[in-house]
Amino acid sequence: MKSPASLRADFPLLNTQFEHAPLVYLDSGATSQKPSCVIEAISRYYSEQNANVHRGIHTLSEQATTAYEATRTQLAKYLSVSSSEIVWTKGATEAINLIAYGLRDTIDSSDTIVISALEHHANIVPWQQLCQKTGAKLIVLPINELGILEIDNAYQIIEQAQPTVLALSHASNALGNIQPIESLIQFSKQFNTITVIDGAQGFLHLQPNLKELDCDYYVLSAHKALGPTGLGALYGKYEALCALPVYQTGGEMIDSVSFEHTTFAAPPAKFEAGTPNISAVIAFKSALEYLESLNHTHIRAYELELFNYLVKSLRAIDGIKIYGDLINNIGTVSFNYKNEHPYDIAHLLDQNGIAVRSGHHCTQPLMAHLNVSGTVRVSLAFYNNHQDIDLFITALKTAISLLD
Amino acid sequence: MNQEYTTLKKTIIAATSWQDKYRHIMLFGKMLPTLPDALKVDSAKVSGCESNVWLYLELNESDNTLVVVADSDTRIVKGIVAIILHCFNGLTPIEAEQIDIASEFTQMDLIKHLSPSRGNGIKAIANEITQFIARYN
Repeated sequence: MKSPASLRADFPLLNTQFEHAPLVYLDSGATSQKPSCVIEAISRYYSEQNANVHRGIHTLSEQATTAYEATRTQLAKYLSVSSSEIVWTKGATEAINLIAYGLRDTIDSSDTIVISALEHHANIVPWQQLCQKTGAKLIVLPINELGILEIDNAYQIIEQAQPTVLALSHASNALGNIQPIESLIQFSKQFNTITVIDGAQGFLHLQPNLKELDCDYYVLSAHKALGPTGLGALYGKYEALCALPVYQTGGEMIDSVSFEHTTFAAPPAKFEAGTPNISAVIAFKSALEYLESLNHTHIRAYELELFNYLVKSLRAIDGIKIYGDLINNIGTVSFNYKNEHPYDIAHLLDQNGIAVRSGHHCTQPLMAHLNVSGTVRVSLAFYNNHQDIDLFITALKTAISLLD
Repeated sequence: MNQEYTTLKKTIIAATSWQDKYRHIMLFGKMLPTLPDALKVDSAKVSGCESNVWLYLELNESDNTLVVVADSDTRIVKGIVAIILHCFNGLTPIEAEQIDIASEFTQMDLIKHLSPSRGNGIKAIANEITQFIARYN
């Protein structure tokens, strides 16, 4: 078992020089860095295995198909679900769209859909569009002035609305807050609510056990969890996936086709029209194996220790305001300095090789609630270390001295 | 090139460190008048992901020279905008057409601000000015 400190060596980009300063990557919420095993797996697929999947009878195609399906099995095992419940998509966003689109014909103006004020645009807009299309009502669970979900209020609203759909992020991308999804999923069961969890941020840090969580759907994005870009997964309970109509039609998702009539394949094939992102799927297995090789208790403790160090270091600077839940957090800190624009801070940090995100983080309603145009966001992963934070704080002080 | 621009450019090129460079850029921004809120309207906004930039372009018909007015809510972008404004203001469309803004930015080591990925709208400002000039040439 590797120690957290030694894992950094597995990420080649983290060990390169960035212009005149060492790269300090604090933007893992946007995309994670990739370990060598994932990068090598992509290259190996194209140089040794390249063939289409689920088509050819030839050996190469068989090998590619086996490798492709092996990742599905691996992810299913990781999530404690069945591999027939994993659908490959191009990202978490597409996965949410797939569900929202599929519910169009079963939802009407008597229905309600509940989300939280912490959602990413990808978990707002598809539901908003569904509501506009069907006349259903969109209800937003409120947050307090720090950006934390008001849980008692949430229970009351859910009880009153008895929603058809409850769609929540596992963790907030903008603030890092871990949402109380376990209790809200359980509570919603009594109303037969369809529960959808956006795991784009939670998947890497929180190792969800979906059997225990018992949500109907969970979506994730491979590139935020050490894997390649352009790939996401939709977990859906098998019965739910069977009931959900097809999203896109075309090759590979059919059972039989005549010019008069088409019958569709069973899940998950039913949702995987056309040639999938084969290299990404195959390489994602390496990412999952890497994740499985980690001692999650140690990793989580290490991430929390880094997070607390970061918060403490930021708090020592006058004029810094931190947003969000600092107790239940995946390791993401959102802050502002006085009335300075987050863009200016992020840009000056970049001059010192520090990569952070700034802006509204695709959560404009949340920013409006916090009464800011945006924030500077530092998002950590286990491959960061104390030196990253020290370099960031030094660079931040330089930026502040230029702005003051 | 007008005199103000030549001075700004010399100052940026002479800056010995990036801190120095950005200190000057932000000072240029400070010297630029703030647009009244009534002019900070969506229709004047240049699309930029992270910062807001408002831009007005006119041709002063009495002496056939460009009038460029702009503002931004971020200090760095406002400073860069100030450089662009000084670069084009007071030129005739024919003179303005001769300007290679990318080359100017390269000489000042500010070229990355013109990259479309920065989300700051500087590239979009440059494009709008170029298109505006083209209408008169």
